[in-house]
Amino acid sequence: MIEARHLHKRFGAVTAVHDVSLTAVDGRITGLLGPNGAGKSTTLRMLYTVLRPDGGDAFIDGISASAQSLEARRRMGVLPHGAGVYPHLTARENILYFGELHGLTGTECNRRAAELIDLLEMADFADRNAKGFSQGQRLKTALARALVHDPKNILLDEPTNGLDVMAVRTLRALLLKLKAAGRCILLSSHVMQEVAALCDEVIVIAGGNVVADGTPDELRARAGTTDLEEAFIRFLEPAGRP
Amino acid sequence: MRPLLTVLRKELRENLRDRRTFVSALLIGTVLMPLLVGLLVNLTVRRGQSQDNKPVSLAVVHGERAPGLLAQLRQYRIDVITVDLDDAAARDAVRQQQRRIVLAIADNYASQLAQGQPAPVLLYSDSSDVAGASDVGRVRAVLGRVSSETARLRLMARGVDPTVLSAIAVQDVDVATPTSRSVLILGTLTYIILLTMLMGGLHVTLDATAGERERGSLESLLTVPVPREQLIYGKILAACVFMVLSLTLNVCAMALALRYVGLENLGMNVNLNLPTILKLIASCAPLAPLGASLMTIVAAFTRSYREAQTYVGLVLLIPTLPLIFANTLGLRPTVWLMMVPSLSQHFLVTGLLRAEPVAPLYAALSVGVSLLLGVAAAYGAGRLYHREALLG
Repeated sequence: MIEARHLHKRFGAVTAVHDVSLTAVDGRITGLLGPNGAGKSTTLRMLYTVLRPDGGDAFIDGISASAQSLEARRRMGVLPHGAGVYPHLTARENILYFGELHGLTGTECNRRAAELIDLLEMADFADRNAKGFSQGQRLKTALARALVHDPKNILLDEPTNGLDVMAVRTLRALLLKLKAAGRCILLSSHVMQEVAALCDEVIVIAGGNVVADGTPDELRARAGTTDLEEAFIRFLEPAGRP
Repeated sequence: MRPLLTVLRKELRENLRDRRTFVSALLIGTVLMPLLVGLLVNLTVRRGQSQDNKPVSLAVVHGERAPGLLAQLRQYRIDVITVDLDDAAARDAVRQQQRRIVLAIADNYASQLAQGQPAPVLLYSDSSDVAGASDVGRVRAVLGRVSSETARLRLMARGVDPTVLSAIAVQDVDVATPTSRSVLILGTLTYIILLTMLMGGLHVTLDATAGERERGSLESLLTVPVPREQLIYGKILAACVFMVLSLTLNVCAMALALRYVGLENLGMNVNLNLPTILKLIASCAPLAPLGASLMTIVAAFTRSYREAQTYVGLVLLIPTLPLIFANTLGLRPTVWLMMVPSLSQHFLVTGLLRAEPVAPLYAALSVGVSLLLGVAAAYGAGRLYHREALLG
């Protein structure tokens, strides 16, 4: 379970996140929806502890992200925006490296890497150097790397950016599988259709604030339209005004 | 401690597969630099030999006015070539390097000589022509010797003891041993050794810091449950390993190269046996942590790989310090100077090459202070990597 309570973050004079509170529960996929620059990435970065909030706090399974960040990180698998891999290591070595950093021991680490290579259908490129990987292959490697320690909570920042249809399908299937296994999944996106197709809960962020949340159906009903895109635009409009 | 070793192992493995690391850490140090030094020393050796043996050629204008002088010059192995040039032509010939030295005998030479008066000659040379300086020196010395011999004969003819002319008897005592003389030639060796060592870690550092950020793997790395310091220390340690590797290969290759360049022809003896090689490595290696940490610190402030490349290169200027200060100011080791990194390594290396005993206190100071500063800089780098601006 991922919980944010009144997160606030400034970069110099610019306030990236005003006040964001949200809850993502286990066994569900929660989508963080918002236009570019709404504060989605900054919010996620505070959740996965690479940024320190200026106000408020985040809790991963009840553990404070700011006070016990190492313990919180252990419970998270993170796919940052545009995650890169090490070009001179093979896909398998990329996964093993993170497994070891997560404290997995030799045989356990190997077993887990093999499992993920199987799950993500990476067998044909698993032992090739990552240098010439396609974007889809890179994403799978980065994703496997993020899941190597079998985390309870999974955070993904714009995971489908730049992927082709097939890769998006694989990713969706995997996320649904993880959801069925009771994982808590929080992903950000600026693409409506994707969120509608995948998420059980949607949190709309604009201008560093939460402007709406609920299931896709609830959001449609609240906006008084059957079109989710139309609903999204309606939620954004008041926030867009200064 | 375990994550640190994991990072170290991964950086070593990844960089050993990277051609750029291979070039910067291994190829330059083991092949290029020794080749360069070998060539340099070889040229110096050859030039020294040829200068001693080769007769100096001297163009003489109006040689017929001084046949006695020409005969004496030939005795001192100076090749006399008779030419016909007026004053302006002689100047031009020297300026345009058609002739290195021109000696013009004045028309009253014979009459002045006969009267026991100073006999005038003109010596044209170009003092900006460094390569010709030793030739000019030899001709001038021979002329001086001929002049004083003639003077002695004149005094004796008048019944005066010629020794009255020598008020002070100077005797040169050159204490340069063969080994210490060769250090003059190998003066730049410290610079090359330290530079090669630092370069060995350059690409590893760039790749592990700015490179990792630019590829987008840094953010993922920072989400693992390992304190950031440990990740940074692992990377610094990896750079140190490559630096020491580069250093070792370089010193070994250099020792091998110098064995074949014929230093013994100059009567020199650079004693690069195994114990010396090990001591050379042990003297320089303590500088590696400081170099790697400084590079990491500099890389932390840059925004891109290219920018990092530019600024981290500045760290490579560190080994020029001893060249500037020690060589130009003629500094000698003192307790305080042995606490200055890079300078103290310079003193240790020159001491080893001169085969002079190294004071244990000085060696301990150099190693201890350099390592201490290295640890401090590594700690600073670890602190810096907590900055959020790091993510770019």
